[in-house]
Amino acid sequence: MVERSKTFQIVANCIMILLCLFCILPLWLLFASSITEERALLDYGYAFFPRVIDFSAYHYVLVESTQLVRGYFLSAFTTLVGTVCNLTLTTLFAYPLMHKNLPGRKFISFFVFFTMLFNGGLVPSYIMWTQTFQIKNTIAALIVPNLLLNAFNIIMMRTYLTTNIPEEIMDAARIDGAGECTILLRIVIPMSKSILSTLALLVGLGYWNDWQNGLYYINKDYLYSTQVLLNKMLMDTQFLMSSASQGLSIDTSALPSTGIKMAIAVMGILPVLVVYPFLQKYLVKGITIGAVKG
Amino acid sequence: MKKSIIKRIKSKKRFFPLYLMLLPGMVYLFINNYIPMGGIIIAFKQYNYRKGIFGSAWNGLKNFVFLFKTNDAWIITRNTLCYNLVFIILGTTAAIAVSILLSEIRKERAKKTYQVVILLPYLISIVVVSYIVYGFLSSEYGCMNHLLPWLGGDKVMWYSTPTYWPVILVIVNLWKNIGYNTVLYYATLIGIDPSYYEAAVVDGATRWQRIRYITIPSLIPTISILTLMAISKIFYSDFGLFYQVPMNSGPLIDVTNTIDTYVYRGLMETSNIGMSAAAGVYQSVVGFVLVVAANWIVGRFDKESTLF
Repeated sequence: MVERSKTFQIVANCIMILLCLFCILPLWLLFASSITEERALLDYGYAFFPRVIDFSAYHYVLVESTQLVRGYFLSAFTTLVGTVCNLTLTTLFAYPLMHKNLPGRKFISFFVFFTMLFNGGLVPSYIMWTQTFQIKNTIAALIVPNLLLNAFNIIMMRTYLTTNIPEEIMDAARIDGAGECTILLRIVIPMSKSILSTLALLVGLGYWNDWQNGLYYINKDYLYSTQVLLNKMLMDTQFLMSSASQGLSIDTSALPSTGIKMAIAVMGILPVLVVYPFLQKYLVKGITIGAVKG
Repeated sequence: MKKSIIKRIKSKKRFFPLYLMLLPGMVYLFINNYIPMGGIIIAFKQYNYRKGIFGSAWNGLKNFVFLFKTNDAWIITRNTLCYNLVFIILGTTAAIAVSILLSEIRKERAKKTYQVVILLPYLISIVVVSYIVYGFLSSEYGCMNHLLPWLGGDKVMWYSTPTYWPVILVIVNLWKNIGYNTVLYYATLIGIDPSYYEAAVVDGATRWQRIRYITIPSLIPTISILTLMAISKIFYSDFGLFYQVPMNSGPLIDVTNTIDTYVYRGLMETSNIGMSAAAGVYQSVVGFVLVVAANWIVGRFDKESTLF
């Protein structure tokens, strides 16, 4: 019995390790390619084991090209601003909904909920944002459309608030003369740090990884965030050359473009990989509560 | 003193700040979600950029008639539905198997590590995923085309050979989402009352019997709810997966065109706004019917789990 259980553990662990390899090897290919010398890439292709290790792609990306550095700042900026705005809006929206006797609460809940059932689709949204709001080629295009507030997060937050914050505490505060803003700032927000971290992670990831807003609304290269830049480079192999030649001093024929692509892709996921191990707990929490309702 | 406070608490005035808090969110949802809903009238018009939505002439159902006369309508519907079905079936099976395996592993450290690693691909943006796929499949530099001759095969022009793409897209989707789905099922698994298992062990049940008669039946509510939810979204596809990963390659269009990519291409690349809008409305309406229907079915099984 003990023997059989031991073999089972070994087999189970082996399968899980194989699965982990399946998940991680593609990322390794990306990384290995980015540190391979350009000549070796041209001769032997992207490979799991770099023949000649060389960091010149990173040197180009981080030092010589301003494009990626600018894109990085832009991504960081939109992620930060977008996440803060999103959390503020979500909290301000979810808090009133936890008042069971708020007149019109049912209607407002439905107003939020209906956005999950039906949508107008890309064409009307695109026309509205570009024609009415003139959002094309502005930083707002990377922050505002679609990502600023969504029904899932509101519902997640409201469910958390109603189940975790006892009515009595809020009543007690009201009897002590606290207004709604004070209650929100002094009681509700300090008590919802865990849901706020979870939402911040999900929303932040959404902003950092977003490329669709950039695809729809941005076509000026000074407004390319990291993901948009990556997207343009993949679709248009000439892009890297043409943007480098504008940067004056670089000899484009010597550009290690095959490796640079992969180096920029690695840079694009690096912040996520650095932050992820510390916040994994919140991510798992977010996925599980998000799926139960929604 | 006390009376005045109670009076204030009871008066309607105290709701005023609450409405003020709701205002920015309501305005945003109205603009971002509700105005485009009204905008679906574009599908019934002959849209002209200069004249705008209201100025353009009505066109009746012509856009829809044209759309459904083309072969595209059939292809995008078939692709969207078939890919999603395969994703649902394979994704669910794989996730259940992995989560059961994970729960059987005894070493806590190992368990944690596996969970962290398999969730990694979920965090990678689809643009970077397409770089990874390019790293494997690029015809000149791709790792596959350097391995295949070495293994005795021939080089393949991946980005212009449609036959392989259904398999490639399924693998990419599985790779990206297996961690996410596993987390969902695993959360249910660790919620199962351990006394069931203890009783089963006392009764001499084998591991397989415990899985067959305790674990799987306990997972059934989660499986049915998640599957129904996935079915309600079966008319929507991951735009990045079908547009970005195949690098918008022309020869692949028959096997990679879904409703979402069709709408995008109609709007941005071929300027066929009428048909693009019609396809969008087709997606929204059928999608709406499916959500409501799925929810109704979930409600029949389990009132608690419905969306509304």
